[in-house]
Amino acid sequence: MIELRNVTKLYPNGTKGLNQINLTFGEGEFIVIVGLSGAGKSTLLRSINRLHDISEGDILIDGKSITSAKGRQLRLIRRNIGMIFQSFNLVKRSSVLRNVLAGRVGYHSTLRTMTGRFPERDMNLAFEALNRVNIIEKAYSRADELSGGQQQRVAIARVLAQEAKIILADEPVASLDPLTTKQVMDDLKKINLELGITTIVNLHYVDLARQYATRIVGLRGGQVVYDGPVAEATDEIFAEIYGRPIEEDELLGARRA
Amino acid sequence: MTKPWNTLVQRPKKNRYRWLIYLALAAVYVWAFSGVPFTGIKETAVQITKSIVSGIFSPDWGFVYLPEGEDLLRGLLDTLAISVLGTFISTLLCLPLAFWAAVNMSNSRAISGSGKMLLSFIRAVPEMVLALMFIKAVGPGSFAGVLALGLHSVGMLGKLFADEVENMDKGPVEALLSSGANQLQILWFAVLPQVLPGFLSYMLYRFEINMRSATILGVIGAGGIGTPLIFALSTRNWDRVGIILLGIVILITIIDLISGAIRRRLV
Amino acid sequence: MNTNKSLPHPKPPSKLKHYLTAAIVILLLWGSSVQTEATMGELIEGFPNMFDLLAEMFPPKWTYFDNIVGAMLETIRMALIGTTIGAILAIPVALLSASNITKSWWLRHPVRFVLNLIRTIPDLLLAAIFVAIVGIGPLPGTMALAVFSLGLIAKLSYEALESIDRGPLEAMTAVGAGSLQRIWYAVIPQIQAHFMSFTLYTFEINVRAAAVLGLVGAGGIGHYYEITLGFLEYDKTCVIILFTLGIVLLIDYSSTKLREKLL
Repeated sequence: MIELRNVTKLYPNGTKGLNQINLTFGEGEFIVIVGLSGAGKSTLLRSINRLHDISEGDILIDGKSITSAKGRQLRLIRRNIGMIFQSFNLVKRSSVLRNVLAGRVGYHSTLRTMTGRFPERDMNLAFEALNRVNIIEKAYSRADELSGGQQQRVAIARVLAQEAKIILADEPVASLDPLTTKQVMDDLKKINLELGITTIVNLHYVDLARQYATRIVGLRGGQVVYDGPVAEATDEIFAEIYGRPIEEDELLGARRA
Repeated sequence: MTKPWNTLVQRPKKNRYRWLIYLALAAVYVWAFSGVPFTGIKETAVQITKSIVSGIFSPDWGFVYLPEGEDLLRGLLDTLAISVLGTFISTLLCLPLAFWAAVNMSNSRAISGSGKMLLSFIRAVPEMVLALMFIKAVGPGSFAGVLALGLHSVGMLGKLFADEVENMDKGPVEALLSSGANQLQILWFAVLPQVLPGFLSYMLYRFEINMRSATILGVIGAGGIGTPLIFALSTRNWDRVGIILLGIVILITIIDLISGAIRRRLV
Repeated sequence: MNTNKSLPHPKPPSKLKHYLTAAIVILLLWGSSVQTEATMGELIEGFPNMFDLLAEMFPPKWTYFDNIVGAMLETIRMALIGTTIGAILAIPVALLSASNITKSWWLRHPVRFVLNLIRTIPDLLLAAIFVAIVGIGPLPGTMALAVFSLGLIAKLSYEALESIDRGPLEAMTAVGAGSLQRIWYAVIPQIQAHFMSFTLYTFEINVRAAAVLGLVGAGGIGHYYEITLGFLEYDKTCVIILFTLGIVLLIDYSSTKLREKLL
């Protein structure tokens, strides 16, 4: 369970990235956060695993405050939260397997991980994760030999190997074409359903959000303007979130046509 | 159309201080050339040039290998060994310095700035001066040369390494951070794999430079082929000068070719 | 996740290449330390000497400054003249070496060969040879720096020349320009900022180099290292080092600023 209590983020230049946000995400939910760029989607997501520090309020992960956690405590909380990025964030020169194993380092001592001797169980986890996203045959290829969609699937495998209970995905399909977008979103949905991992995704495309989410959160100017089930998120609601009617480039289907 | 063009388009004004710059430049050159005494050429210059050239074309082949040592091959081998070890030592020394000097590895500009200062400070002391000092410390010989190259190269190598670290993609660092890795693990899994090829390439580049430096260390007694060369020059043994020059040129050309080939494969 | 069932793992690639590389590197390092008689023991033994030396360098004997100002100015003069002559000579050499300007293989490759030859010989070695030819003084040093600059600037310039935009060259050919006209109108404007930048960069290197040329009798401040170290006057040596350091850093800084403006 993730609880955000009165979360406010002030940037050094005085602008408010997030303004008094109160949200609770339950286990197994598939939440999509929508909003214009600059609405605070990314800031919100990055606050949950504290890649960004917040100025006011508190964020609780399974009852523990990540806001006040330090050092090892913070790392232990982060270990349970996997993150997927728009630009994949793989080490391009390392092998796919090594990138996936990098998700395991939080579980072991520094020395053990640096000598590269991961236990048998970790190896099995890594291969199983790769198998789940259907790229096990690429395990020993260099990450930069893979296509964008494949690289994002490696990133998903890394999160799976991490045995995360929560997945945060920050615009995971923004740099992919429509076909691979569908594959990656399907992978995320499948993992959410089969393993019951709470998944929070930032998305730009309205139709994708409707297709995959169980719950939609709309952000505008750093404030929550909509929070509810996907069925109730009508075109009028989206128009309100965006402050204007939905435009062509916010629909993935339009691009495919 | 009788309108003069310059009422339509104004000619851009040239920088008013341009002539001042030219004047300053001219003054500097007048000062520079007036200070050089052009009187000191020996009458024998042409004669010696001829001797050196003929020395290169009729080298003292006997010097290539002498059973009792102190020959060309051993001198060149010594030179090679000095630069291999010197490069290795400087690489080890500059690793921590490079991370210290890289802006994105610390929170404060003061830390990286002080690291950069230290690096340019090291770089500014010539290797020959360091060699003179190390000779005082460990005695004359190749080891003093190794230490001099090892310390001097840290300046340039550290700067290049720091640039490489600053230019890396910070995405993997974020990914590792968000999976609960500690600082050392982030360094090992996200930073090093990215910068290592660049580091190796710069190391080889510095090795090429060190090869050249190592050929002259012997002039002041810090080992390598420079010692027999300066001896041959002062005893006017032009055939020997010829074979040593030939040896240096061939060795450095081979090293450049090998090192260049490896560097191309790295990137 | 359920990890009981063991998946068929793909076969990892062979690591033989890595082991071989490691073996070669270790062999190279071991051989080198044998050849140079480098030992940790000697270093540890020698270390106290280093500190004694450093202790004797301080405080620096500032009054010695007056004795070396002249030599330092000579050093800068040598670097300035050497770089200038080298840069001027480098222009035709670079043009002759660039494949997009000199089409003839028989002209281009001999020039490049000589250029590569020059670049293998370090500046101090050139200086030692010139000292043997013209005698002791700043002249052989300047000549050495000129030859060295020629090698470096010509190399950097011809590589830059080969990467210039071909468009203007074709345009000049199309309007019927001769080869000198093509160089003047299509090549020079594209390359002159780079050329100036390379020259300044070479000047930086030459100032450092000129500071030690005196060790082989080729003029400049380097001669004073030998004098002071020979008489064990380390406090004077310290003044020379600090002075050189200041000048080098000053020239580096201003040259870097200028180069940033150029490009």
